[in-house]
Amino acid sequence: MTPISQTPTGAAREAAGALPAPHAATRAAGANEAQERSRIEIVGVTKRFVSPTGTAMTALRDVSFSVEPGQFCAVVGPTGCGKSTTLTMVAGLERPSAGVVRVGGQAVDGIADHMSFMFQSDALLPWKSVLQNVALGPRFRGVPKSEALAKAREWIRVVGLSGFEDHHPHQLSGGMRKRATLAASLISEPSILLMDEPFGALDVQTKAIMSNELLTLWERTRPSVLFITHDLEEAVALADRVVVMTAGPGTVKAVYDIDLPRPRGAVQEIRFEPRFLELHQQIWESLREEVERAYARTGRTTETRGGRQ
Amino acid sequence: MNHQISTVSDAKALAAIQEDLRQTPPGDEASIADAARARRRRRRIQVQAARVAAVIVIVGGWQLFTALKVVDPFFFGQPTGIAHQLVDWVQNGTPYGSLWLQIEVTMKEALGGFVYGTLAGIVLGVLLGQVPFLADVLGPFIKVLNAVPRIVLGSIFVVWLGFGPTSKILLASVLVFFVVFFNAFQGVREVDRNLLANVRVLGASRSQVIRDVVLPSAVVWIIASLHVAFGFAIIGAIVGEFLGSQEGLGLLISYSQNHFLPDGIFTAMLIIAVIALTAEGLISQLEKRLLSWRPGTHVETAGL
Ligand SMILES: Nc1ncnc2c1ncn2[C@@H]1O[C@H](COP(=O)(O)OP(=O)(O)OP(=O)(O)O)[C@@H](O)[C@H]1O
Ligand SMILES: [Mg+2]
Repeated sequence: MTPISQTPTGAAREAAGALPAPHAATRAAGANEAQERSRIEIVGVTKRFVSPTGTAMTALRDVSFSVEPGQFCAVVGPTGCGKSTTLTMVAGLERPSAGVVRVGGQAVDGIADHMSFMFQSDALLPWKSVLQNVALGPRFRGVPKSEALAKAREWIRVVGLSGFEDHHPHQLSGGMRKRATLAASLISEPSILLMDEPFGALDVQTKAIMSNELLTLWERTRPSVLFITHDLEEAVALADRVVVMTAGPGTVKAVYDIDLPRPRGAVQEIRFEPRFLELHQQIWESLREEVERAYARTGRTTETRGGRQ
Repeated sequence: MNHQISTVSDAKALAAIQEDLRQTPPGDEASIADAARARRRRRRIQVQAARVAAVIVIVGGWQLFTALKVVDPFFFGQPTGIAHQLVDWVQNGTPYGSLWLQIEVTMKEALGGFVYGTLAGIVLGVLLGQVPFLADVLGPFIKVLNAVPRIVLGSIFVVWLGFGPTSKILLASVLVFFVVFFNAFQGVREVDRNLLANVRVLGASRSQVIRDVVLPSAVVWIIASLHVAFGFAIIGAIVGEFLGSQEGLGLLISYSQNHFLPDGIFTAMLIIAVIALTAEGLISQLEKRLLSWRPGTHVETAGL
């Protein structure tokens, strides 16, 4: 636990603290308005995909839950239950077949400009350097080049990638690529942050470091977060609310509010607290059934992930 | 007896081991790197030497057999004859004016066709790749056009546009177009959906998506087609000149053919080969520069 804070990321976290919070003033002024903008409501959403042969497949059925402004909401569920699909509909990349997704009280219609999306797989442009990649969001939104690059440098420093500005994505390790993606997502200071298994492919230590950093950065500007994960411990440690989905076609099985106090501190430590264990146990009971059902359907009997050994 | 043999071979083995030990560099990294570099240099020299030997065997054999009249130099030409022809054309000009003029004309036609054909191929390829409706509508027509033996179009272009360079440029562009078009189209279709979704969420407009994602990822495909495309541009220019023109390397070939001068044909071929190789070199340079972001093309990451 202590080694974690001695890594370079400890410095990154201090840098994050030292970074001026440009939103502080605006947040105070238009607090209510800004807050309302970041409410996510998913109401009775069903999504069907039609295959090239014409048969329809229901990926999601009648999903309803909501994320309060500034809330950190995690979604867990067996593979293929439609978690990523839910996120693409919140982002406006796909439309629900039935039901409605509302963001800030308005039905989602196309891509909103105050949202960031960290995709399940790597989405950095391989032909652009880390600096250019991080600066993409501001550049697309018309921020002048020098300003965008300066801001990108700042965020690269915050995520602890200083010195790698001119590297191309393939020259970075998987963890470093995730950091770059995180910087690219946060640079626009979104009021909603959608994350699809952002740290899924990382080793346990890197994942812990990145989770801590995410929490620190999140506590600075408090966007609403919709965070998909396979890892129930991660979900409970990070989130205010955990949504458990059933095996596909996915629907909401249960919603748990996590009443662990904030700031949570180190993710590695919180998982030994009795309240954490209690919540984890409770949610795991509910999730395990679905995971087992999903595996049974694919005919496999592999040991399920996410349980505590 | 047996014993003796075995001691001899033992002694040999021992000598071999000692030899190996002497050649094995000490274990530090610098000397391992040096050894690897020396090994590569040695290999490079061997390859070059083998190449020179191959040229000597082929050209020398050609010269020898034609000199001995095993094969008739009247039909097959002769290396020395080709050299004489080249010197003659350089010094005294060709039947259609100076040799440089012929080269210039053909180069202009080929380059013109290459540039226009490539541009048209990229623009249409990206357009059709981006607009599936257009691709569905125009697809069959393009397939039909592609199935037509396009060289024959050269005759029509000469009828339409006359003996000047324009008809050749047009023929060359048509040949180049199809090669580049299909690759550009495919390249646009292969763009990673994930990258597209990502930049769209980041707020990219349609033109920004094309500039920052679609084109760069299609460049890999387009560049690959350019190597072949330049060859087609030269074919277009030469064939066009064959079909009717007042100057150019194709006309020289046609002249040499009509006057039974195989040396003339080979000389023109040699010049064309030099041009094509130069272009190939330039395209490779361009490729290296445009694709420098790709893993493995970086010089510094090249392992020993
Ligand atoms: N574009 C699409 N066309 C057809 N089917 C799709 C499409 N996208 C998703 N699906 C289907 O919808 C279902 C849900 O997919 P989704 O990617 O949302 O699952 P997931 O919960 O994110 O799974 P994982 O945890 O493995 O990422 C899957 O069965 C998938 O095959
Ligand atoms: Mg998914």
